Amino acid sequence: MSTVRAAAILAAKELRAELRTRELLATTIVFVLVVVVLFSFTFDPTSAESRRFGPGLLWLAFLFAGSLMLQPCFVKEQQNDTISALRLAPIEPFFIFLGKLAANVFFMFLAELLLLPIFAILSNVPVLGVLWQLLLVFLLGSVGIAGLGTALSAISAHARMRELLLPLLLLPALAPVLIASTEATAGLLAETPEFRQQWLGFLVAFDVVFLTATWLFGEYLLEE
Amino acid sequence: MKRQTLAALVVLLMGAAGYAALFVAPTERTMGLIQRIFYLHMPSAITAFVAFFIVFVANLLYVFRRERRWDWLGVSAAEVGTAFVTVVLVTGPIWAKPVWGIWWTWDARLTSTFVLWLLYISYLLLRTLIEDPERRALASAVFGVFAFLDVPLVYMSIRWWRTQHPQPVLLGGPGSGLQPTMKLVLLLSFIALVSLMILLVRERYRLETLRAEVDVLRREVETP
Repeated sequence: MSTVRAAAILAAKELRAELRTRELLATTIVFVLVVVVLFSFTFDPTSAESRRFGPGLLWLAFLFAGSLMLQPCFVKEQQNDTISALRLAPIEPFFIFLGKLAANVFFMFLAELLLLPIFAILSNVPVLGVLWQLLLVFLLGSVGIAGLGTALSAISAHARMRELLLPLLLLPALAPVLIASTEATAGLLAETPEFRQQWLGFLVAFDVVFLTATWLFGEYLLEE
Repeated sequence: MKRQTLAALVVLLMGAAGYAALFVAPTERTMGLIQRIFYLHMPSAITAFVAFFIVFVANLLYVFRRERRWDWLGVSAAEVGTAFVTVVLVTGPIWAKPVWGIWWTWDARLTSTFVLWLLYISYLLLRTLIEDPERRALASAVFGVFAFLDVPLVYMSIRWWRTQHPQPVLLGGPGSGLQPTMKLVLLLSFIALVSLMILLVRERYRLETLRAEVDVLRREVETP
């Protein structure tokens, strides 16, 4: 079986499983919304301030939500010991990660897509003019969060207190993604929108580094 | 080198370096007496980096060779490295307050060092949360590799972020304008701290071997 096809099948399985119950998706979206609302209580921003602080707040919310959402990724495989089935399958471990990564990126991106108009309305910041560029930044940032997050969720699945552990491992490690995504988003939401290419390039580099690391160390991540 | 010889050497070097930092090095023109903390602050930072590099190599060796001693070396060097970064983060503000009037600022170097500290604290926390020694060794080794790959990305993103919004230049670079005597005292301090690091890593390693031995003995006693 072609390895990419295997990854696609696994991704489809993840999507189907999630779309059946939609619980993870629903809780993630609501969580991001709650974080955005609570932040607004603490800052009470004007429209100009929203342009300055909004991107950071948005990405912090995505980061927190992502690190919570990624935690069940490998833990749920322990329930019916499906993780053993995955290990035994004749696919390279990297493609197992790729399948899960694709599904996780899809969920994160979907949540972000739904949050964007709500954020735009709540903070009175126009986003339609830079919509495609914003979505590109969201996508690259999500690949960064989910890329490192999927790998680390495999590690933390073996530990105690994994609900707290994954955010603890992931959040400092994702500081570069937070900075790059925030800067890129801030550029697009500014009074005169600018497309900050270097930050997008940096996000691509980050994604490549950790996808390569997952490829090199995939089998050890999955090891019992 | 025998334990006692190394310990004696370290005491000698640290004493010499301390004396030199306090009495031999000339007083700095603008900052006065407090500047002498520099002879502890900067070499600690470099020593920490050396320790973390040792962690990286030990982690890689464990993943590919699976010999317990690399796991022991990894945790030993990580703990000692984290201790040295703590020294950096504590001596920094002590130096900063009388000189700049503030305890802390989010400039590139300080921010990166703080994130680095957080990353290795999570590495150590991960270890306490996995009980099975082999699983713990592999999990922390893989996380250690990912964390080390993250470090240059952290530094790069934070530096770009801070140069986009120009900050006052607080330190004129490490070796800039250092008088020859100062350079010698700095070198002596560096040698003293690296030997201290080596001593501490060796002792911690020895502690880890003893723990492993106790573990084996305890299991022998417990199994009927």
